[in-house]
Amino acid sequence: MTDASFEELSMPLFDQLYNFAHWLTQDKSEAEDLVQETYAKALRGFSGFRTGTNFRAWIFRILRNTFLTSRTGLKVAGQGEEELDALASVDPSPEAILIVKADRSLVRQALQELSIPFREILLLCEVEEMAYEEIAQVLAIPIGTVMSRLHRARKALRTLLIEKFKGGSHGL
Amino acid sequence: MACELWSDKLAAYVDGELSLPQAYELGTHLRGCSGCAAEVLERVQTKRSVADAGKYFEPSSEFRKKIEMSVHKSSKRTSIRGWQIVALPAALILILSLAVGFFVSREKAKRDHVYGELADLHVATLASATPVDVVSTDKHTVKPWFEGKIPFTFNLPELHGTDFELVGGRVAYLGQAPGAQLIYRLRKHELSVFIFQDRGTEMASWAPDPTSMLSFTFETWTKNGLRYFVVGDVSGADVNALSKLLRDAG
Repeated sequence: MTDASFEELSMPLFDQLYNFAHWLTQDKSEAEDLVQETYAKALRGFSGFRTGTNFRAWIFRILRNTFLTSRTGLKVAGQGEEELDALASVDPSPEAILIVKADRSLVRQALQELSIPFREILLLCEVEEMAYEEIAQVLAIPIGTVMSRLHRARKALRTLLIEKFKGGSHGL
Repeated sequence: MACELWSDKLAAYVDGELSLPQAYELGTHLRGCSGCAAEVLERVQTKRSVADAGKYFEPSSEFRKKIEMSVHKSSKRTSIRGWQIVALPAALILILSLAVGFFVSREKAKRDHVYGELADLHVATLASATPVDVVSTDKHTVKPWFEGKIPFTFNLPELHGTDFELVGGRVAYLGQAPGAQLIYRLRKHELSVFIFQDRGTEMASWAPDPTSMLSFTFETWTKNGLRYFVVGDVSGADVNALSKLLRDAG
C-alpha cells in the first residue's frame, strides 16, 4: 500500500475547509485567501506529517490558527465568552423552539452572531461531525474544555434563537 | 426536566461520545423517563438544525480549479517507500546521496513545521482574551499548578533584579504531547517559554535555520530530559538572557 499524497488527502476536504473559513471570516474573498494560505502552509509542513495520524484535524488546525493570526482574526480574538454566561437562560415553550429551529436563516443569523470560540466549536461538532478528541486537536485544548465550551456554546445559541423568535436582537 | 443523575451525560450521549455500556444504560433510562427523553429529543433537533444551517458556503468553481491546480502541481507523498532501488554501485551512491539530501530537507521541513507550530501557539496566546490559565507572578504558585496536568516537573528562575516578569502559564500541546507554556513580560513585550518532554532521537539538530522565514526569535536546548523553547518578538540578546536564567534554574 503506497502512502497517500498531499493531494489525495487534502482535496476531499476542500469544500468543508472553505465552508468553515467562510463562517470564520464572514467574507468570500477573505475565506478564499484563508483557504489558499492553509493549503500552502499544509503543503510546506506535509513532510513532517506522520501517516496514520489525523490529517483532517491537522489541516483544520492550520486553517484555524492561520485565521487567528490574520488581521481579521486578531480583531475578533478578544471576544469574550463570559458575558454570554451572564445571560439568564429562559425556558421557552416546546412549540416555540420547534418553530425557531425550522427556520434555517434564523439559525444562520444566530450562528453569525455567536462569538468566534462558540461559533467554531459548534461548526466543528455539528457540521464537521468531529469527535471530542478531534476537536481537542484542532483547538489545542483538553477534552474537558471541549465539553464545557460546547455546553456553553449550545446554551448561548439557544438564548439567541429565543431572542430571535421573540423578534428582538441581542448583540451576542 | 432532566434527572440529576443523567443530565451531564445527555450531551455526550447525543454527540455519540458515551461508551457502549454507558449509552446502553442511558438508553434504558430514557425509555422510562419522559423528562430526559424530551431533553434528548430537543438536543438532537438542535444538533440537526445547526448541521443543516451550517453547511452553507460553497466555493466558486474558479476558486476550486485554482486550488486543485496548485495542489496537483506541488503534491508530495509522505514517504519514499514506493521507490525501486537498483543495486548498481554507481546508482547506489547516487541514491544514497539523494536519500541524505532528502533526509536533510525532510529534517528541515520537520523543524520548520515545529517552529511554525510554536510561533502559532505564541501568537494565539497573545491574541487571546484569556492568555493564561494560571495568573501569577509567583513561580511558587505557577509551578505546582501544572502538577497532574503535565507528566513532568520543571524549575523556574528567580526574577528579582531582572527586567523579566512572570505573567502566568497554561498547558500547551505540540504534536499532541502536553507541555507547559509560561508567559514572561519584558518591558512591553511578551515571550513564551515552552517546555516539553524531550523525545530524544526525533531531530538531528534543533537549531533554528536562520534562512527560514521566522518572524520571531527562538532559542532551544535540552536539560534533564526536557526540551525548552523560548520565543518572542524581541532581540536575540533578550531571548538569550531569559534562556540563561531558565538554564541556571535547573
